[in-house]
Amino acid sequence: MRWDWLDRNSDQIISWFLSHVWLAAVPTVLGLLLALPLGAVAHKYRWSYSVLITVAGLLYTVPSLALFVMLPGLLGTRILDPINVVVALTLYTLALLVRVVADGLDSVDPLVVQSAKAMGYKTLPMLIRVQLPLAIPVIGAGLRVAAVSNVSLVSVAALLGVPQLGQLFTVGFQLDFFTPIITGLVLCLVIAAIFDMLILLAIRLSTPWIRATRSSKPVSEPTAADADQKSADAKAVTA
Amino acid sequence: MNAGWRWLTDGSHWTGADGVWTRLGEHLWYTLLALVIAAVIALPIGALIGHTGKGTALVTGLANALRAIPTFGLLILLALYGLTNLRGEFALLGPTIVVLVILAIPPILSNTYAGIAAVDPAVRDAAKGMGMTGRGALFRVELPLALPLILSGLRSAFLQVVATATIAAFVSLGGFGRYVVDGLAQQDYAKVVGGAVLVALLAIIGDRLIALVGHFVVSPGLTGRRVSGRATTADLVVPAESDKPQDSEAAVLRTVDAGGKH
Repeated sequence: MRWDWLDRNSDQIISWFLSHVWLAAVPTVLGLLLALPLGAVAHKYRWSYSVLITVAGLLYTVPSLALFVMLPGLLGTRILDPINVVVALTLYTLALLVRVVADGLDSVDPLVVQSAKAMGYKTLPMLIRVQLPLAIPVIGAGLRVAAVSNVSLVSVAALLGVPQLGQLFTVGFQLDFFTPIITGLVLCLVIAAIFDMLILLAIRLSTPWIRATRSSKPVSEPTAADADQKSADAKAVTA
Repeated sequence: MNAGWRWLTDGSHWTGADGVWTRLGEHLWYTLLALVIAAVIALPIGALIGHTGKGTALVTGLANALRAIPTFGLLILLALYGLTNLRGEFALLGPTIVVLVILAIPPILSNTYAGIAAVDPAVRDAAKGMGMTGRGALFRVELPLALPLILSGLRSAFLQVVATATIAAFVSLGGFGRYVVDGLAQQDYAKVVGGAVLVALLAIIGDRLIALVGHFVVSPGLTGRRVSGRATTADLVVPAESDKPQDSEAAVLRTVDAGGKH
């Protein structure tokens, strides 16, 4: 490591760090906001579930670099515009979370939904005040995955010259110099860890009942098989 | 977008050393080589962990940690190492394949493990009751039951590898990424988009092909396809009400975990 190089370029690195945070955080938030209503629709209408999951799966299949360079043609933006990165990552986050939101809402105990109905909750208030809060653990788990992979994906945009930490990788390669590459890797990991911790914290703060029940009764063994099988089924739609 | 289309339909771009067929061959070569190596490493380990139940925490921890590492950075780090320390053609190909294998291992490993661990204990007992040895049960009962999940792990691995093999063009490897990287350098947007469309098509077609293979090799009893009579895809698609996942956080994490995106 050449610390003097880091010292001389610290202003540049800080600015890349900040835009990296921005480029990864905005799509994560936007993707979640868009996925909530779409996931609710997929949860409520079975036919829309297969349609939405199929489209999402297809979208998720497109490699990031390909999407980054195809978007300017579709949106009329310039190829260097950071907006392409934001749109592409928002689409990926949305594609990942639609399914997670729908499955999270599916996981809410039908008895709870019935009770809420009996207490006079209408569809929308019930969704917002009963079902969504109970689905937070599931949605949060998906959000963590999306946030962390967004941090990694942003760096690919360095191939187009969009300023962010990925530039440290291209600079390092061109200069035949390890210091910027290692710095970029470490800073990306730091951002990913911070995002992950923030989301974990938000999940903990918004689900106080989980700690309350966890201590008193044993947590049931997860049955991942159902969901996995269903994911395979849903994917088979487009086969 | 139209420029990209014109580039793709120009016959002269399809032949020669820089032609689409050559680049497709390179892209597929890197992808398949990395997938085979990753499968040879990850399938036995995943099967062993799922069968014995030992080392579970290691697998999930590894999968999570690897997802946070930016692939592009890792690729450049290893490529630079290769250029300084290795010789010949292997100097670039070796490090790139290593990165691709590192990417492909976690989805294959965790899905193999998850598929086998999720086999109903009653089925395991039945296999034992019929006189099967541990090894017999693994190969004749557990692996066939885990096949849908194993294939979905292979699909995730394939997608990641195809996407990352594209980025590998930056460290002067071949494949479809060449068009994107060279097009950007030459400010030839038609070429960039043409390359991007080819990569997207390769990813989607490959993904569909693996799904199709799964359709034929997975036991009909598992997919819900009727053994006799006409089987429609509708049978596969619409899950019964009871199929809804009851438990959730871990289940979703597992499903999502298989993914990862590049």
